[in-house]
Amino acid sequence: MVFWRRKRQDSFSTSVLGLDKTIEELKAEEEKIEKEFSFRFARAIEKTRVSISEKLDSIFAGSKKIDETLLEELEEILISSDLGVSTTTHILESIRMKLSRGQINDLQALKTAIKEEIVHILQEASLSGVSNEESFDPKVKPYVIMVVGVNGVGKTTTIGKLAHRIKSEGNQVLICAADTFRAAANDQLKVWAERAGVSLIQQKQGTDPAAVLFDAIKSAKARNIDVLIVDTAGRLHNKSNLMAELEKMKRVAAREVEGAPHETLLVIDAVTGQNGLEQARKFLKTSNVTGIVLTKLDGTAKGGIAVSIAKELSLPIRYVGIGEKIDDLVIFDPYKYAENLFA
Amino acid sequence: MFEALSEKIKKSLGSLRAGRQLTAEQVDAALREIRIALLEADVSYKVARDFVERIRQKAEGQEIWKGLKPYEQVVKIVYDELVELMGGASSRLIFTRQIPNVVMIVGLQGSGKTTSTGKIALWLKNNQERNPVVVSTDVYRPAAREQLKIVAEAVKVPFYETDSNEPLEIARNAVRYCQQLGYDTLLIDTAGRLHIDEDLMVELEKIKAETKPIEILFVADAMTGQDAVRSAEEFHRRIGITGVILTKMDGDSRGGAALSIKAVTNQPIKFVGVGEKYDAIEPFYPDRIAQRILGMGDILTLIEEVQTKLDEEEAAKQLEKIRRSQFTLDDFREQMRQFNKLGSMSKIIDLLPEQFFGGIKPKKEDLEKIEYQMKRAAAIIDSMTRQERQNYKIIDASRKNRIAKGSGTTISEVNQLLRQYEKTLQMMSKMKRSGLLGQLTDKFMGRFGGGLPHAFPFESEDNQEDSKSFAKKLKKKKRHKKKR
Repeated sequence: MVFWRRKRQDSFSTSVLGLDKTIEELKAEEEKIEKEFSFRFARAIEKTRVSISEKLDSIFAGSKKIDETLLEELEEILISSDLGVSTTTHILESIRMKLSRGQINDLQALKTAIKEEIVHILQEASLSGVSNEESFDPKVKPYVIMVVGVNGVGKTTTIGKLAHRIKSEGNQVLICAADTFRAAANDQLKVWAERAGVSLIQQKQGTDPAAVLFDAIKSAKARNIDVLIVDTAGRLHNKSNLMAELEKMKRVAAREVEGAPHETLLVIDAVTGQNGLEQARKFLKTSNVTGIVLTKLDGTAKGGIAVSIAKELSLPIRYVGIGEKIDDLVIFDPYKYAENLFA
Repeated sequence: MFEALSEKIKKSLGSLRAGRQLTAEQVDAALREIRIALLEADVSYKVARDFVERIRQKAEGQEIWKGLKPYEQVVKIVYDELVELMGGASSRLIFTRQIPNVVMIVGLQGSGKTTSTGKIALWLKNNQERNPVVVSTDVYRPAAREQLKIVAEAVKVPFYETDSNEPLEIARNAVRYCQQLGYDTLLIDTAGRLHIDEDLMVELEKIKAETKPIEILFVADAMTGQDAVRSAEEFHRRIGITGVILTKMDGDSRGGAALSIKAVTNQPIKFVGVGEKYDAIEPFYPDRIAQRILGMGDILTLIEEVQTKLDEEEAAKQLEKIRRSQFTLDDFREQMRQFNKLGSMSKIIDLLPEQFFGGIKPKKEDLEKIEYQMKRAAAIIDSMTRQERQNYKIIDASRKNRIAKGSGTTISEVNQLLRQYEKTLQMMSKMKRSGLLGQLTDKFMGRFGGGLPHAFPFESEDNQEDSKSFAKKLKKKKRHKKKR
C-alpha cells in the first residue's frame, strides 16, 4: 500500500519510465512494505485481541450456546473499548436480529458478524466522499494539510511521522509551526522536523498563528513545496475564541492556495472516551475536518470512539499511530482493525 | 449528546414521578437509564455495574423518609452514593519536615503532567507557603524539559537544570540541590508513556526508591474513556499513587473517569485542572463532580428540592457527613494560616466598624492574647498526625499527651482546641442549614477553598453564649409564636 498517493510529478515520471525497476519489482516492494506494516499494526493491537477473544471463548465454552450472559459480556467488551452506548446498542441489535433469524449459531459466526458490523460502519464512513490527496488537481501547490485536535493527543508527533512518510515517497514537504501557544511546542516540532529531514517555518511564542501560516504558504510557494503540513495549538473544543482562531487560519489558507486547506485531520487519542464524539462534532463544525488520525493505538486503549465518530459523523479514519518511532504511522485499514479486535 | 441524555433521564424519572408508590419495574427502568448516563460519562463498565447494583440494594431495603416522594428517594440515593464514592478525603497535600518533600507527578502521555506540575508549584507557593523547585526527568520526549523550564519561568519557580540524561541521576541531583539551597519542596515531572511500558515503570520505581516522595500524584485526563481504570490501576499497583489530578475539566467531558479511578485505586482526587492559565487549578469537591456526572441542572434542582424536604434529623446526619468530609483539622489550620496572612489582628480589627463588635472594640491586650493563643493552636495541630487531623475522634488520652508534648503545650490546651474545633463544626452546620447565609458560605468556601475563619479558634467561653443552647432558645421562641 502506498502511503501517499499523490506523487511529485517529476519523480513520478522517472519511476513510471521504469528506469530502475520493473513493475513486478515495484509491486513486490510495495507488498513487502505492506506486509511489514500490517504485521506491526497487528502486533500493536494484539494485546487487546488476545484478551477479548479468550474471554468470549471461555464463556462460550461454559454455556455452549449464545445466551444473554454471552451477549452481556459482549456488551461489556464493546463498551470497554469505548465504542459508546449508542454504537454498542446498534451493533448488538443487529446481532440479536441475526440470532433470531438463526443466522448465527456458534461463536465463530458471532465474532464474524460483529466484525462485519464494525467494518461496515468504518467503510461506510470512508465511502462518504471525503477528500484526500487524490481529489485535488496535482498542479495545485502546496497541498495544505491542517492538523487539529485537543491538547495532548499527539498532534506534533503525528505531524513528524506524516512529514517523514510523505517525504520518503519523493515529495517536498514543509512544516508550519502554528502552535504558538504551548510552551516549547516549537522545540518539540523542530526535533521531529529534523528527524524527518524537513524544513520548518516558525515564529516566536505568542505570534498570531494565521500570520505564521501566511508566511509558511509564501515560503512553500517560493520553494516549490508539494505538501505543507500545519501544526495548530491544542485547544479544547468548547473554547470558542480558539476555535475562531482556527477559522481564521482556514480563511488565510483558502485565500492563498486554491481549495486549501485540502485536508484537515483531527487527531484523536485512543484513550479518549465518549467526549471524543463531541470533540469531532465541534471541530467538524468550525474547521471542516475531513478525516481522523487515531493515535496511541499501541497502548491498551482500543480507540473504539473512532468507530463511534465514523458512525455518527461519517468521518473516515485515515491514519493510525502505533508507536513512538518516526515511521509508526500507518494507513488505517478497517478490516484489519475489526479483524484484530475480534479474531 | 448531553441534552439528549438529560432528556432521557428526566423522562425516566418523570415516569417515576407519577406514582405514589415505587414499583420494582420503575426502579429498574430508572437504574437502566442511570447506568447509561454513567457509561456515557465514561465511567468504567464494571464500576457502573457495581454502582447501580449498590443503589438497587439500597433502594430496596430503604427506610421511608417522611415527605419524600418515591422518585425523589431514588435520586437522593444516587446522589449520595456518588458523593460517597468520590468524597471522604481532604484534598490538601500533607507535608513533613523532611527537606525536601518530594512530590512525583506521573501519568500517561498527553495527560497534562508538565502543565500540572507548574500549576501545583504555583498553588503550593501561593496557598501553602511552600518554596518549591521543579525538575523534569522526561529525557525522552523532544523538548519536554524545555517546556517545563518555560512553565517554571512563567510561574516564577526555580527549575533544576542539568546536563545529565539519566532520569535517576537527575532526580538524585535535584534532591541534593534542594537540600543544599534549602528548598522545602521538589516537584518531579516524570516521563509519560503508555502504562504497559515496563521500562518506564521500572524507572519510576527507581525514582521513587531514590527520592522517597511524600506524594505521588497521578495525572488523568478528564476526557479519558474506559482505559482510565486500566492505566490508573497499573500505576497504582506498580508505584502506589497517593492522589489524582484530573486535568482538562474545562472541557465539556463529564469526567466519569474520576469516579472510576477513585473506585479502583481508592485514592482521592486532590486537584482538578480547569483552564490553560497556570492558576487554573482547584482542590477537588466531590459534590460538584457528582452533579457534573449526573450532568443536569434539572437533576440538581431536584436534588436541592429533595434536600430541603428532608426532616431535620436526616439533614443533621447529612450535614454530619458533609462536615466530616469537608472540614477537617487541616482546613481549620489552613483557615488560621489564611487569617494570619491578612496581617496582625489588631490591624484588621482597626479596619472594622465598631458595630461589628457590638459597640465595644476589643482591647489591644486581649487581641495579643488571642494572637498568642492562635499560635499555640497552630502548634498543636502541627503536632498531630495526618490521621488525627483528618479524624479528630481518634485522639485519645495517650495521643493528647503526645500532642501536648510535641507542641510544648498542655493537655488542657489540646482539649480546649478540640472543643473549639467541635464548636466550629456545629456552627458551620447551623450556618449551612440556615438558608441564605448557608448558601453564601458555601459559595465563599467553594471559591476560596477555605475562606476566612468562621470563628476564632480560641474564645473565652464565658463571654460567648453556647451556640447550641442559643439555637434551642431560638426554636422555642418560634414554637411559642406558632402557638399564639
